[in-house]
Amino acid sequence: MSPPNDRSADAAPFDLKGSLFTLTVLHLRRTDPAAIERHLAEKVAQAPGFFVNVPVVVDCEGLADADAALDLAGLIACLRRHGLVPVGVRNGSEALVAAAQAAGIGVLPEGRGSGRRAEPERAAAAAESERGSGAPSSRGNRLSTHPVRSGQQLYAPDGDLVLLGTVSPGAEVLADGNIHIYGPLRGRALAGAKGNAEARIFCLSLEAELVSIAGRYRVLEQTSSEFWGKPVQIHLADDHLIIELLAR
Amino acid sequence: MAKIIVVTSGKGGVGKTTTSASFATGLALRGHKTVVIDFDVGLRNLDLIMGCERRVVYDFVNVINNEATINQALIKDKHCENLYVLPASQTRDKDALHKEGVARVLDELRQSFDFIVCDSPAGIERGAMMAMYFADEALVVTNPEVSSVRDSDRILGILASKSRRAEQAEEPVKEHLVLSRYAPERVERGDMLSVDDVMEILAIPLLGVIPESPSVLQSSNSGVPVILDEASDAGGAYGDLVARFLGEQRPHRFLSVEKKGFFKRLFGN
Ligand SMILES: Nc1ncnc2c1ncn2[C@@H]1O[C@H](COP(=O)(O)OP(=O)(O)OP(=O)(O)O)[C@@H](O)[C@H]1O
Ligand SMILES: [Mg+2]
Repeated sequence: MSPPNDRSADAAPFDLKGSLFTLTVLHLRRTDPAAIERHLAEKVAQAPGFFVNVPVVVDCEGLADADAALDLAGLIACLRRHGLVPVGVRNGSEALVAAAQAAGIGVLPEGRGSGRRAEPERAAAAAESERGSGAPSSRGNRLSTHPVRSGQQLYAPDGDLVLLGTVSPGAEVLADGNIHIYGPLRGRALAGAKGNAEARIFCLSLEAELVSIAGRYRVLEQTSSEFWGKPVQIHLADDHLIIELLAR
Repeated sequence: MAKIIVVTSGKGGVGKTTTSASFATGLALRGHKTVVIDFDVGLRNLDLIMGCERRVVYDFVNVINNEATINQALIKDKHCENLYVLPASQTRDKDALHKEGVARVLDELRQSFDFIVCDSPAGIERGAMMAMYFADEALVVTNPEVSSVRDSDRILGILASKSRRAEQAEEPVKEHLVLSRYAPERVERGDMLSVDDVMEILAIPLLGVIPESPSVLQSSNSGVPVILDEASDAGGAYGDLVARFLGEQRPHRFLSVEKKGFFKRLFGN
């Protein structure tokens, strides 16, 4: 007899799929076990419950190359005592990688450099602040039909940002590619946010607080720009920001 | 099904409580069973404007903490049938408002009311977030000046991303603009933004324009919502606003400077 929901007998027993997770990362700065345990106990006491069964990755970048002094097995035991579940290490020396393997936890790809480390937070913040404003399409482009209001941030990582509403003063829109705004730009727009100098900004009415392409920025004021209130495109030429009227 | 309407603004002192009191009174006058809740914990003054401050025994926080039933805390309005006030606490701190408690009280009120009007405190702290979170519709009260418009824009962003409707991916909170303390002569002089300026920036439907009027202060001093002073300009504007909210078409008044007649010029108002 087979259970009612069993499909065919030769169907694969599981599927293997990639998935992205937000993980808690413990950035070690020192290896002193007593100090670590004390600090951990304090953190857990501040938010008991928050750390129960939370998978955690140990990042050794902050130890530079002094991680030989780290007793990984001891650290793992300490984390487990406080309810956390160590799942892997990152940015460790060869010796530490061996210790991780011996302890049966994973080794995650390197994530060196503070710039790269800040990215997921930025992206998460952007995703959080624009909830419900449209989904990214296949190439990482992002379309939003809602106005972007003061205090909101909208980011299209790896693509273009297309906005059908206004960008209010105090709002910020970013894209690694181009930014197209079919309305007035009154807040801040930063295209080529990861350094793509070919990126452009287009808007139907330039009333921006700040525009930037690949890090070259300009703050704008009504009185200082002949293009104020006009439909424009903004691009870089010889490392200079060029604003020009959109041909009509 | 009861509708929950938040009266909010971001910026302080723009006329939220004045609007909450008159709006709730107007709905009740038209036969809808209405309750108005003061979310401004620590600084209650909705009860003053409604003229029921001497009858506050239990408050919203007592109900949340199960120290009183809703029926014990609700104050029946003395001016009109169908209207009840749920006052704020003057003594508690803002953390007394928590999502589960507020949800429970609103759910209970939904059983017996048509409209639940939530008078939000200024800012974007706990009390304001709680007043906004459960809203089906929002009256965004704005004064015709840049800082107030900017704060309203911010509030609209929060309604669109942090409200219960946004979190559950339901139909978004319905937004209404209430432009308050409007003084046409100051607009003409260029000291204030015009209706069109504000509409252009906020881009939401205009529910009403309430003129700057001495009758507002007179009414609140006597504990009678200004909408009941039908002869006054602000009272008339709130009357129109309620009618529009309930689906009537009414032209906007008080948008331009009134040409003073000969006698008015001679004797003042
Ligand atoms: N249309 C108006 N004309 C003249 N004065 C007004 C008008 N509307 C409100 N006011 C006055 O402005 C002051 C603030 O009004 P109110 O208390 O309604 O604002 P609020 O937004 O609730 O303030 P808070 O942010 O402190 O809760 C009061 O003194 C009130 O009398
Ligand atoms: Mg108030």
